Amino acid sequence: MASGFAQWGNDLYTGRRSYGIVAGRKKFFAASIIAVVLALLVVTFKGFDLGIEFRGGSEFVVSNVDDTSEQTAIDAVQDVAPGEVPKVSVLGGDSIRVQTEKLTTGELETMSDSLADAYGVSAEEVTSTYIGPVWGKDVSAAALRALVIFLLFVAVVMAVYFRSWRMSAAAILALFHDVVITAGVYALIGWEVTPATVIGFLTILGYSVYDTVVVFDKVRENTKGVLDQSRSTYAERANLAVNQTLVRSINTSVVALLPVSSILFIGAFLLGAGTLRDIALALFIGIVAGAYSSIFLATPLEVALREREPKIKAHTERVLTERAARAEESGDDADAALAAAGIEGGAQLIPGHHRGNSSQPRRRRR
Amino acid sequence: MASTKSRTRPVRTLVVLGALIVALFASIFAGTQLDAKSEDNPGGASWSPELALDLQGGTQLILSPVTDDGQEVTDEDINQSIAVIRQRIDSSGVAEAEIARQGDSNIVVGIPGEVSQETIDLIVTPAQMTFRPVLSVGSPLPAEDPDAETETPSSEESADATGDESADAATEDSADATTEDAEADAEDGATDAATEPAPEPTDPSDLAQITPEVQAEFDALDCTDPTNLVGGEPSDPDAPLVTCDQDGFAKYILGPVEVEGSDIDHATSGLRTNSQGIQTNEWAVNLTFTDEGADTFQGVSERLVGLPSPQNQFGIVLDGLVISAPSMNAVITNGQAEISGNFTRESSATLASQLNFGALPLTFEVQSQEQISATLGADQLEKGLIAGLIGLALVAVYSLFQYRGLGLVTVASLLIAGLITYGVITLLSWTYGYRLSLPGVAGLIVAIGITADSFIVYFERVRDELRDGRGLTAAVDRGWSRARRTIVASDAVNFLAAAILYLLAVGGVQGFAFTLGLTTLVDLLVVFLFTHPLLQLLAKTKFFGEGHPGSGLDPRRLGVTSVRYAGRGTTRRAKSRDDLLSLDDGATTDASDTPARLPQPATVGGGADGMTIAERRAARRREADAEPPVDGDGTYAQDEEKN
Repeated sequence: MASGFAQWGNDLYTGRRSYGIVAGRKKFFAASIIAVVLALLVVTFKGFDLGIEFRGGSEFVVSNVDDTSEQTAIDAVQDVAPGEVPKVSVLGGDSIRVQTEKLTTGELETMSDSLADAYGVSAEEVTSTYIGPVWGKDVSAAALRALVIFLLFVAVVMAVYFRSWRMSAAAILALFHDVVITAGVYALIGWEVTPATVIGFLTILGYSVYDTVVVFDKVRENTKGVLDQSRSTYAERANLAVNQTLVRSINTSVVALLPVSSILFIGAFLLGAGTLRDIALALFIGIVAGAYSSIFLATPLEVALREREPKIKAHTERVLTERAARAEESGDDADAALAAAGIEGGAQLIPGHHRGNSSQPRRRRR
Repeated sequence: MASTKSRTRPVRTLVVLGALIVALFASIFAGTQLDAKSEDNPGGASWSPELALDLQGGTQLILSPVTDDGQEVTDEDINQSIAVIRQRIDSSGVAEAEIARQGDSNIVVGIPGEVSQETIDLIVTPAQMTFRPVLSVGSPLPAEDPDAETETPSSEESADATGDESADAATEDSADATTEDAEADAEDGATDAATEPAPEPTDPSDLAQITPEVQAEFDALDCTDPTNLVGGEPSDPDAPLVTCDQDGFAKYILGPVEVEGSDIDHATSGLRTNSQGIQTNEWAVNLTFTDEGADTFQGVSERLVGLPSPQNQFGIVLDGLVISAPSMNAVITNGQAEISGNFTRESSATLASQLNFGALPLTFEVQSQEQISATLGADQLEKGLIAGLIGLALVAVYSLFQYRGLGLVTVASLLIAGLITYGVITLLSWTYGYRLSLPGVAGLIVAIGITADSFIVYFERVRDELRDGRGLTAAVDRGWSRARRTIVASDAVNFLAAAILYLLAVGGVQGFAFTLGLTTLVDLLVVFLFTHPLLQLLAKTKFFGEGHPGSGLDPRRLGVTSVRYAGRGTTRRAKSRDDLLSLDDGATTDASDTPARLPQPATVGGGADGMTIAERRAARRREADAEPPVDGDGTYAQDEEKN
């Protein structure tokens, strides 16, 4: 229920309820590595079913037809090659253009005859030719170059914005994870890759980075001045940030997934193969992977990188030793243990912040 | 303390947004009145965005390349032609054209919508380009008055060396210069040139080439007559050429061909950088010659730079018409010339693409030109839109469920964002030829999620502040100042992604990147100019300000239990839900239901509000099993910003 969800959100915010996402990072890393390896294996061995936009194909033009219904052509093509989804358009007023995957010479003739029969014209009215890729190598090369520059640029911008190359590296790794998994699942499902799919992949790049930036912003806020206090470790502060943004992450993912799934289901069940279905599938997988990686991968990765930093390492050790000492003193008092972890008063502690006279009302300056 | 430094005026901000939206739609309205879309004017304005090839259909051209000298057309040539055609189409806007090769050597070009003859001409214009020195320039009308001849209408355009080489060779051929001076005097009267005997021309700029016949032809030529602007007549490369400017603004006598189009390596257009390397606002065309062309052009520039106007100009002739006649301002030794002048973005791009095309020694023959129906059925768009609406409705239901009253703010913001996006796309369809494809539509539907996320980030921040015990107005201000940074940062990353993809990629990807960048900007605009001011206003209303359970900002639901100092020695404590229930029952409040680990302020009964410190102390003394002392205030007066 909503109130339950809100209460859950409150508890996550205050730290009363907390999931050890950073602490259990080895599990998540292992899961992600397995998923990425599997996805790479699928892509390598199963490969993509590239559409005619990439590979080129065969084109038939049926001239002088009386009935320019596109369904006739689709049926005729599927009689010869079941499962093939041709691109059909009307040329001029009385010709039909049909584009299919590349066919062998024998298939070309069968297909021509089938089309001629379907439209009730003589076989001479059907011409066939080879059609090159609309999305040729030059387009792919340009897109790839743009992608590489985009990644470099985003990495630099994030490193500057967060003033930490580790955050940038973690975000880029999470991005890589999302894209590889999306590609793997797409290849596994085996739908044809069209320009729409590529555009879906590109959207995921933007979405994944976007999602991670929001979480990292909270991590940065929480870990500010973490070295100036000795109550909680860097990992704990970061974990609190993930927990605090959990509600937002879930809400955002649901809100992003709702329109995408509505396109996906309408596309897949009402329309069959086509642009909408392809783009929606790529987006659906990508958003789910992106939501997972922004919660379970990006921050733990960042913490793992951070903890190699000598300063943070020394600080973590100091905090843990002091905490052990304090826990020793207070025996098994639960509240004291919690207080030792820096969670009290229904709100998070701000590191380096006094709770003395600054919490007194100030005289207003006039 | 950014939130309190400047007095915020939410109403004014909303009015600004309203004015922006009105201006947006007013310009579309003006467009439909002044430049309405019609059969003859396919690029005109209308109330709906233009659709791309996949949704609307368009024109299919089948081109076959022909070389003049019967050379074999190689695979490489075809690929190059496809690239050139794609570049020409892309540079004319963001229209998504489909270009592919068909069979062995044909090229199929699919262009969305009605295609004007100019566009087809632009694509198939033969690539015969030559550079000839200008001998004389005249007004476009047939000459009756010899004085008119010396006008130089295009002299604002000039060619500069873009390298560091200085114009050191200006005085190089001094021997020529003297004869040139003498001839320059003679040039003033056309009759003088005519009466001179015709000696062998010393160089291609020699005015002696203007024989009486040439002069007569020049005098008779009327460049305001459209029939003289068709071009395409073959001309003798070694003889002078009398011809018109392509727009009919001037006519020229040109010397023999000196540089061929195939000597051009490539041309680009862009904003001009001045000698300090700073970008100026001026559009220019940068021209790079091949090694061979660079040598020839250096010779030409050395000669022309010392000549008086108009002989220091060279005419760039495409298909028999002069497309540009820049004057030579410096000797160009590195094969890199820059043509500057009063170009606009479009005119510089057109010249650059003409030069690029001129570099390719191919001509195209239109094999067929036919209307083509949409490659995707109409039901794809229709169902896509239905899917989008369903998605939007689901988002609305979810946000109402999650955020109650705030959900309405989300829905209103999304609607405003949709309205602005629709307006901008429609406007860009008219002004820049933007066309919406089905992937574009899908991108817009996906943008619902990314736009809604900004609101979610914002609302969650406000809730976080409420959980810390702030009042709503303060929570909105502080929540905003924190959420703002996150929203701007994440949108900036998204926008950068879009900008890079737009600048570097081609075709469909470019159209998508454009949509992504646009929605990101609209998202920022709506959050800053609509959602935030609206929330500021709502915070002052009773419904939201007092945290009505339906507002989504109910402090009790957000678990606010900590005591907050309310001034004058009093504290406030939001009542927990259990408190509220028991109050409703008229029973005494029992605070034991509140989580044990939270500090328990010593309040008894529902009357904590308005108690003074002394009263509280007294109450605490009375309390036999007193809880730990009050601690909740600690979070209230934290310093606002710590960065």
